[in-house]
Amino acid sequence: MGANIYRNKKPALVFLLPAFLFMIVFLYYPFIKNILNSFMEIKRLGVAGTKFNSPWYSNYVEMFQDPNVGTSIKNTLLMMLVTLIGQVGIAIVLALMVDNIGRGKGFFRTVFFFPIVISATALGLMFNLIFLYDKGMVNQILETLGKQNLTDWKAEGIALFTMMLPVMWQYVGFYFVILVTGLNNISDELYEAAKIDGATALQRVRYISIPLLHNVICTCSVLAVTGALKVFDLPWVMFPKGMPLKSTFLTGTYMYYHTMETKNVDYGAAIAVLIVVLGIVLAKVVNSIFREKDY
Amino acid sequence: MTKKVKSSVGIVVVYVLLIIWALTTIYPIIWVIQNSFKAKDKILGNSFAMPVGELFTMANYRKAFKTVDVFGAYKSSLFISTMVALLVILLAGMGAYALARYKFRGSGLVYSLVVGAMMFPAFATVISVFQMEYAWGIANTSSWFLNMLSVILPQVAGNMAFAMVVLTGYIKGLPIELEEAAYMEGCNTFQIYYKVIMPLTKPSFATVAIFSFLWSYNDLFTQSFFLRRPDMYSITMMLNSISAKEGTDYGMMAAVVALIIVPVIIVYCCLQKYIIKGMIAGAVKG
Repeated sequence: MGANIYRNKKPALVFLLPAFLFMIVFLYYPFIKNILNSFMEIKRLGVAGTKFNSPWYSNYVEMFQDPNVGTSIKNTLLMMLVTLIGQVGIAIVLALMVDNIGRGKGFFRTVFFFPIVISATALGLMFNLIFLYDKGMVNQILETLGKQNLTDWKAEGIALFTMMLPVMWQYVGFYFVILVTGLNNISDELYEAAKIDGATALQRVRYISIPLLHNVICTCSVLAVTGALKVFDLPWVMFPKGMPLKSTFLTGTYMYYHTMETKNVDYGAAIAVLIVVLGIVLAKVVNSIFREKDY
Repeated sequence: MTKKVKSSVGIVVVYVLLIIWALTTIYPIIWVIQNSFKAKDKILGNSFAMPVGELFTMANYRKAFKTVDVFGAYKSSLFISTMVALLVILLAGMGAYALARYKFRGSGLVYSLVVGAMMFPAFATVISVFQMEYAWGIANTSSWFLNMLSVILPQVAGNMAFAMVVLTGYIKGLPIELEEAAYMEGCNTFQIYYKVIMPLTKPSFATVAIFSFLWSYNDLFTQSFFLRRPDMYSITMMLNSISAKEGTDYGMMAAVVALIIVPVIIVYCCLQKYIIKGMIAGAVKG
């Protein structure tokens, strides 16, 4: 009976066409065009390339010789490690703790999640103030704790730490909520039974919560790693143009730098292709490491 | 007895740790807000004091309103994000209905094209989209509306695939009997969509709309390509440019950040249940 309504397939085309046009025109076509762009010579954003580079693959040769590409890939991989261990790790600890308390669950959920709602641009400005050299919150706290000389949080060497800490901090609450939902799905009877058998709270976490959370943790890990490739706003606001000394570039910010700042648009397009390749390779690797288990 | 004491000590430790993390998310915001009411030169050495009596001043806010067009930025951002959210639910809803209910040759391929579209990072499409829109004459023009449109279109496309996947899943789960009943009453498929499917899919529409709105509202990358005229800045563009130009006026920076963050916090407190749901559902987006 249900099939009767949908036997005439013509309306399906009307329903699907607008959405599909959008995706073809603004995603699929530009994606392919971008690969082409990476072989062209483009001096100004908006103007289409008219001739190919000579040799046509010169951008890719340049990429291998450009030390900044190496730096940005290295920083992006480090960023992934930070999001994986920092975000998912802290989120697991927080979720297990919240799962074991009685009052205040809703409060912590609300408070932990809310940095995600605020734009990374505004948070970047906020952290610029917090990490200021002579009036910032962090240096003032360290001063009251008795530290003699001030730390320049944006100096070379420590800049990467200053950049990655806020990015990590912002998304902890996101994984926290996913993990708490996963913990809520574990039946109370398991905990009751373990309690009767004399398991301590820590043992219940170790032998019930963690194993049953395995798949949720895998999902979070995949999201954290792929998310690290998309980080742009916060690093760009806090450390524009890879300051200091081009040491804080991520693949995304480096692509933007060449497209918008040096006007080497075709090189930017080539870096974008690199980002896509990196994304595909990493997704494959991560998916094979964090494979979900069937129970 | 000893065991009980031990576990209550454990609970106290757990609460202390949780409150410490909660402080890291709340206190920075309070710190910025309280310093936004202090004169630039008073922040030094006094940054933890409450802005009362002598310390209190509105000068930062006066300067913020004078230097940047806060209302203009709000206008641009709210317009862009509302349009993005509306267009996404309108178009993705229709597409999702067809994907959920019609079985035709190649419908599997169509669905994989949608899932595939989620994987494109904005980095890989933005240059070509700008070229294309520039050739159409809608990017980087002096018309406010065309400039807004040039941001809205790619942002709609960027959220479309994710929205279709979420909505298709939801519509598939709806009982088909209601549609059959409407069909028996003489409705055609467009009426069925409008009168049966759309009302039933409201919760999922809300999830998708909230995610698309927030994503577009908070985006800096795409907007920085299309909104380069200062009189058309959105909120994120305004913040980015003010930090480059006036980054050393800490008092005013604090005031601008407060002006942007506080309304978001108020909205979040009212709608947090839906917002959290929407953001988590959006995790599948590339």
